[in-house]
Amino acid sequence: MTTEAKSALSYTNPPTPRTAPRAQGAWVKWLLISITILYLGLILFIPALNVFVEAFSGGVGPFFDNLKSPAFLNSVKLTVIIAAIAVPINTVFGLCAAWAIARNYFPGRTLLLSIIDLPFAISPVVAGLMFVLLFGRNGWFGPVLDTAGIRIIFALPGMVIVTAFVTMPFVAREVIPVLEEMGSEQEEAAKTLGATDWQTFWRVTLPNIRWGLLYGVILTNARAMGEFGAVSVVSGNIAGKTQTMPLFVEEAYKQYKTPEAYSAAVILALLAVVTLVLKEIVERKSRITDVQE
Amino acid sequence: MTATSPSPISSKADQSFWYRLTHLSLPWKVTWVYLSIMLVLPVAAMLLKAATVGPAKFWEIATDEIALSTYVVTFVTAFIASAINGVFGTLIAWVLVRYDFPGKRIVDAAVDLPFALPTAVAGLTLATVYSDNGWIGSLFVPLGIKISFTRLGVGMAMLFISLPFVVRTLQPVLQDLEKETEEAAWCLGASPLQTFLLVILPPLIPPVLTGVALGFARAVGEYGSVVIIAGNVPFQDLIAPVLVFQRLEQYDYAGATVVGTVLLLISLVLLVVINVLQTWGRRYDDRG
Repeated sequence: MTTEAKSALSYTNPPTPRTAPRAQGAWVKWLLISITILYLGLILFIPALNVFVEAFSGGVGPFFDNLKSPAFLNSVKLTVIIAAIAVPINTVFGLCAAWAIARNYFPGRTLLLSIIDLPFAISPVVAGLMFVLLFGRNGWFGPVLDTAGIRIIFALPGMVIVTAFVTMPFVAREVIPVLEEMGSEQEEAAKTLGATDWQTFWRVTLPNIRWGLLYGVILTNARAMGEFGAVSVVSGNIAGKTQTMPLFVEEAYKQYKTPEAYSAAVILALLAVVTLVLKEIVERKSRITDVQE
Repeated sequence: MTATSPSPISSKADQSFWYRLTHLSLPWKVTWVYLSIMLVLPVAAMLLKAATVGPAKFWEIATDEIALSTYVVTFVTAFIASAINGVFGTLIAWVLVRYDFPGKRIVDAAVDLPFALPTAVAGLTLATVYSDNGWIGSLFVPLGIKISFTRLGVGMAMLFISLPFVVRTLQPVLQDLEKETEEAAWCLGASPLQTFLLVILPPLIPPVLTGVALGFARAVGEYGSVVIIAGNVPFQDLIAPVLVFQRLEQYDYAGATVVGTVLLLISLVLLVVINVLQTWGRRYDDRG
């Protein structure tokens, strides 16, 4: 998903409306567009619209009342805390891994790239299971943690760890192509002129990769706040204690509190909308940067 | 990843491998330490736990009736869903690259919705819309078709979450495709069908297959949206990740680990397949 490359391309070759040399072009075009809209309508648009309609079907008042329940507010707090820890950790890791891969050529480079991608390929439930086997009561570190009185599984640390696991690849994935495109000449010039590693990073590398990095951070955050499967395995889903927003949605729905479920779902859907809007903005900004260069 | 020429700084080339290994720069250290703790350690924990079960017992649990039925439901449904998205994803990518129409930007941005929307919300709204009294589900009731809480519902959730992959892998390739080649084929007397089959289609096959494989891998592992829209009844619409979760809830660690290991190994195979497909797709890069 090299969106940077895609947007750069779409600018250099502006999409010219296709003037079909053949007469049937026009109706083929509109037929294909109609199929696209119909298919996306069934899969995406109608379900997305339904979230908002269901949430406000009882009126605006009940909607806000649902959002004031202590269980919901606790889940918001927990979701924000988890994202606030997991996202910075993965940003630092993503930058380090991206630099290591983009600036070095070594045997097994492709293998390392695949290894970093692994959390995308592994089922979230399996990811959660792995950490239960590691930190759970019967896990490798279970007895040690038990005597030390530290709880990881069914508590906040475990939820942060699995969230960090499932969101691990995003930043590295987005930064590597930008670093490769940038090349190392500017950094070498800075070092020749006497800049330290930190100065080179802050003043030369970071300004060049900022849009790719920001995009990676946005995706990391969206997934961190929305992760369900992995967090569900390690959380124990204790209302008011280890229940994040996605877990709250499922729990409310299972207990036939559909209005509560939809009120929380609207907040998460808005998070998705904000993510998509930010992504558009970042893509446009990086396109402008491309043109200026 | 575009391969550029190796870095010109080769003064370190004479340093020994061990020297380099023990004098890694900070980013390398962070990368290795983090990957070791977060990835190698948990994968090792699960594989070793699976190994302690013993081969005979492992095989027995991995192939018991319920486990086998969940593999069939998971893989067949995921395959059908990713194949459908292979067809419609190609069509959507084509429409987005080649045509202009009002609202195109919104449609383009909305394709990423399954990446951005939390899976629990996706499951919740799909379950409602495709239920017997939902907006779309109610249309199928007269035909005697139930979607939510059946295997069709599982398929809908998998269609939703695997939608963006084909579109996003295909779009850059379609944009790269030079229209001159098509016009040349047309000038040389090729029919529209011939132009499509012999000129346009061949370079699109690797990215479409890559997208299908990525979508399939995602659909096989999906939990959040499926667990909500499915009835989770064994032999009907119970998928393998939900089985892992259920066994874990019953403190059946061996049972969960064995099925989890089967899923992990399949993920690894899919990752290799995807890499091979991507390398195959890149063979066209050199001709540009």
